[in-house]
Amino acid sequence: MVTILDYGAGNLTSVCLAFERLGVQPRVITEAAQFGGGRLVFPGVGSAGSGMAGVRARGFDALLAQQVARGVPVLGICLGMQLLLDTSAEDGGTAGLGLIPGTCVGFEPAKDPEAKIPHMGWNTLDHMAHPLFANIAQGEAFYFVHSYFAKPAREADILGRTDYCGERFAAVIGHGSLVATQFHPERSGRAGEQLLRNFLAWEA
Amino acid sequence: MLLKRLIVCLDVRNGRVTKGVKFKGNIDVGDPVEMAARYCEEGADEMVFYDITASAEHRRCDLEMVARAARALTIPFTVGGGIRGVEDMRAALLAGADKVSLNSLAVEKPEILADGARAFGRQCVVLGMDAKRVGVSAAIPSGYEVVIRGGREPTGRDAVAWAKEAVALGAGEICLNAIDTDGVREGYELEITRQVSEAVKVPVIASGGAGAPQHLVEVLTAGKADAALVASMVHTMGYTCQGIKQALRAAAIPVR
Repeated sequence: MVTILDYGAGNLTSVCLAFERLGVQPRVITEAAQFGGGRLVFPGVGSAGSGMAGVRARGFDALLAQQVARGVPVLGICLGMQLLLDTSAEDGGTAGLGLIPGTCVGFEPAKDPEAKIPHMGWNTLDHMAHPLFANIAQGEAFYFVHSYFAKPAREADILGRTDYCGERFAAVIGHGSLVATQFHPERSGRAGEQLLRNFLAWEA
Repeated sequence: MLLKRLIVCLDVRNGRVTKGVKFKGNIDVGDPVEMAARYCEEGADEMVFYDITASAEHRRCDLEMVARAARALTIPFTVGGGIRGVEDMRAALLAGADKVSLNSLAVEKPEILADGARAFGRQCVVLGMDAKRVGVSAAIPSGYEVVIRGGREPTGRDAVAWAKEAVALGAGEICLNAIDTDGVREGYELEITRQVSEAVKVPVIASGGAGAPQHLVEVLTAGKADAALVASMVHTMGYTCQGIKQALRAAAIPVR
């Protein structure tokens, strides 16, 4: 079973449909009290400040911490990834969930005057060995849309890297039963579909 | 490395993709979602659906088609045509579109760009712009004028100036269609594509004029475009997305 957390940050249509294509009917919940088990998907687009407010208002902060502690597989996507860290520089500094030590910072235009921000489009991923990447080649492309990126404190929490705007940033992070992608697997063609299939099969 | 994108455009009339044939009007080419799913499998990076009849008839874009596309496609897609305001944008995005393209409406009511960006994020807001070569003048320093209503109505506005203004308001991407080369299949309009791409800090999609893979190579290098849009090349001229990408790769352009 897959439960998708809806905390008002962007619409979840494409995430739900991606799981449906894999033969899984996800359950979307808007309050922690509605959680009935299964692995968790924590998506989201938008800004960190309003996203975090939505997460807290619905009790998802406690739910995520509790399920991660129990070893339940959790997949963060885009803003959902950024909110897993301690803090984000977005919206004048936003406290995150602190489930993975580190911060989230913005791309600096001065590091590459040619780079356009947001980072939008298909970019390549160099990944570490992890069940999430089964049958996904090194250098495979995924679809990104973001202006901020994760800087985990522990090197071991970086599962994949991508180059953009003078950074070799953490495009996939994870620790224990928690994994998260900056890109959108639900919009990343066959490679994204494979990653979601790997998440469903993963015994963390 | 950020890759250059190949985007396939489908013009939809009354729910079908059609093709104009001289003296015979439009002939039916196929179902838009079935065609899009095929291009997606072939390696297209993104799709655009323009609901031509919706905008001509002042009705909302075909949400049933948008929902079917969202179900079938594993890549991002944009819908344009028949977007009359923020509520139509919301409906298209909720039906599963990733982005909404605004063209004539953005010229007439520029605040839609700001309202759309505020409500949904600028990554959802694509400015569709038709530019026509008119020669350099004091009013049109780039030499290209913005035209609306499918190219029938001049606006007196400079294409580069409008691109900058639209991005300042909230456009997160620009799809630049050159009216003079559109449908001619002899190559994109490199000059205005380069000018717009250099003037704004958002991705620019070149449109209008693709007839051979070499044209995409040119617009993605000399034209400085981030993405190239094709239509008839893949619909009726026998090219495939894979074949076009092979040609781009051979020209050392990074693609998926």
